Amino acid sequence: MSDAPAYSKSEIMIAASARQLGGVTNCFVGVGLPNIVCNLAQRTVAPSLQLVYESGVFGARPERLPLSIGDPTLATGSTAVTSMFELFAFYLQAGLIDVAFLGGAQIDRFGNLNTTVIGDYEHPKVRLPGSGGACEIAIHAKQILVIMRQAQRSFVDTLDFRTSPGHSGDPAHDAARGWHGSGPTSVVTDLGTYGFEEASGEMTLRTLHPGVTLEDVKANMGWEPKVAADLGETPAPSEEELRLIRDELDPGGAYTK
Amino acid sequence: MTAGKVTTMQEAVRELVHDGDTVAIEGFTHLICFAAGHEIIRQKRRDLTLARMTPDVVYDQMIGAGVASKLIFSWMGNPGVGNLHAVRRRIEKADPAPLEIEEYSHFGMVCRYMAAAANLPFFPIRSYYESDIPKVNPKIVPMASPYDPDDQVYVVPPLKPDVAIVHAQRADAAGDAQIWGLLGCQKEVAFAAEKVIVVVEEVVDESVIRRDPNRTVIPGVVVDAVVEEPFACHPSFAQGYYDRDNRFYLEWDRIAKDPETLDAWLDEWVFGLANHAEYVEKYGAAYWDALRPTEALSGEVDYGRYA
Repeated sequence: MSDAPAYSKSEIMIAASARQLGGVTNCFVGVGLPNIVCNLAQRTVAPSLQLVYESGVFGARPERLPLSIGDPTLATGSTAVTSMFELFAFYLQAGLIDVAFLGGAQIDRFGNLNTTVIGDYEHPKVRLPGSGGACEIAIHAKQILVIMRQAQRSFVDTLDFRTSPGHSGDPAHDAARGWHGSGPTSVVTDLGTYGFEEASGEMTLRTLHPGVTLEDVKANMGWEPKVAADLGETPAPSEEELRLIRDELDPGGAYTK
Repeated sequence: MTAGKVTTMQEAVRELVHDGDTVAIEGFTHLICFAAGHEIIRQKRRDLTLARMTPDVVYDQMIGAGVASKLIFSWMGNPGVGNLHAVRRRIEKADPAPLEIEEYSHFGMVCRYMAAAANLPFFPIRSYYESDIPKVNPKIVPMASPYDPDDQVYVVPPLKPDVAIVHAQRADAAGDAQIWGLLGCQKEVAFAAEKVIVVVEEVVDESVIRRDPNRTVIPGVVVDAVVEEPFACHPSFAQGYYDRDNRFYLEWDRIAKDPETLDAWLDEWVFGLANHAEYVEKYGAAYWDALRPTEALSGEVDYGRYA
């Protein structure tokens, strides 16, 4: 019991993700954990962060934790409310978004994501929500940050369906794509954090969360992961980060329990 | 003639929504007209093609009630909660019947409405690159720019619903509708559709609309019916009028999981009630009071008078 961490798995995922937003300006926010991550970053490493929601809100200043990406608290007090056409055409497709968060039911070693279907498309085992804006966000946001819990069934060797493109595995091809986006740059899980190796575009384990072993990581993914030569430990959430998460951002524990 | 547009939900659905129609009830989290969905269920429409960017609880209710045979969409789910159980049963197990699907991305769906609204044969977008979506939807087609053969886009076809049902905070009797807060694609779908039903919290005098013309999103010229139906979006919301009832979205997860509890819910809350006014009454005034936000007025602007 004495070794029990003073924070939950969600809390270290939130803190580790928020720290990656240092210096970021325009951030496309998703529902769930990314909501808290971005609001935490705005109060810590990225005070000038503009929260952008696909529902058509630029520069949101939510007074309560939004429970969906269309929460009324996002419109009240924001910089601008736009039509969805404008949001996707003028803000996203035109290249104004620096960072966006994505997740999914499945991810592969190159950061390709599946949010469409488990099993065969015509006869699905599990029908998932589909793309929403994900397949276009993946192309246009300059950087993609992924937050996902890690398991054999979600970190897979081969996707059942590629909803949103990541790296192709051929860096020359990726460089010639001509997209605003450079694809996923980081993945934060409940076990550790990953970057993407420049030479191969492949996910590479960068840090392990405190108390997590390399064996734990390997037991929860469907391929043999690349491991950074200087594999480190993810810094635990600070007292201030935990205070902000627990007292201000998610006092009800909706996302952080 | 314009005053003749104001009608009841019952009449609007009876006159404008027919078996086999393509129907779009839009609204992105905000202004989703659940009351219209309930009336379509009550009148037992069948074989509808339902279009909507984000099929959520309203379409789970309608598809669970058997009104539709096809769904056109970009994201389906119970936002912030999880799955649409009735829709998934139809897609995964054809239980109790198969459901045909045709899927896009959000931008793809918006641009389908844009193409129809602007009378264009297709709309080019920079989406779908290296995605499997075009492989399962042959209507999403790659095309080279006529000005630069190396620049490839994807095009999507116009989507022209037979009927669009859009909620707005207020409109005058002619259907000139004003919206504030999240706009979704209410304007695009209204201009795209053959027939348009505008449902509002309040029908107001024309002078109220004319005092703030920049806020008019849908002009009455494209509107066929105007229905005044307070709280028609519940459990969705109307900015400034009532909050999203997040508790209901959680509750729906439990209700829809089992077809029997879903049927019991439909019996109690749709078939067991004559109209939405009875639904509002059944919840009771205290329930609605708890969903009312406190005030956050916009500043006024001066349009100037140029007589």
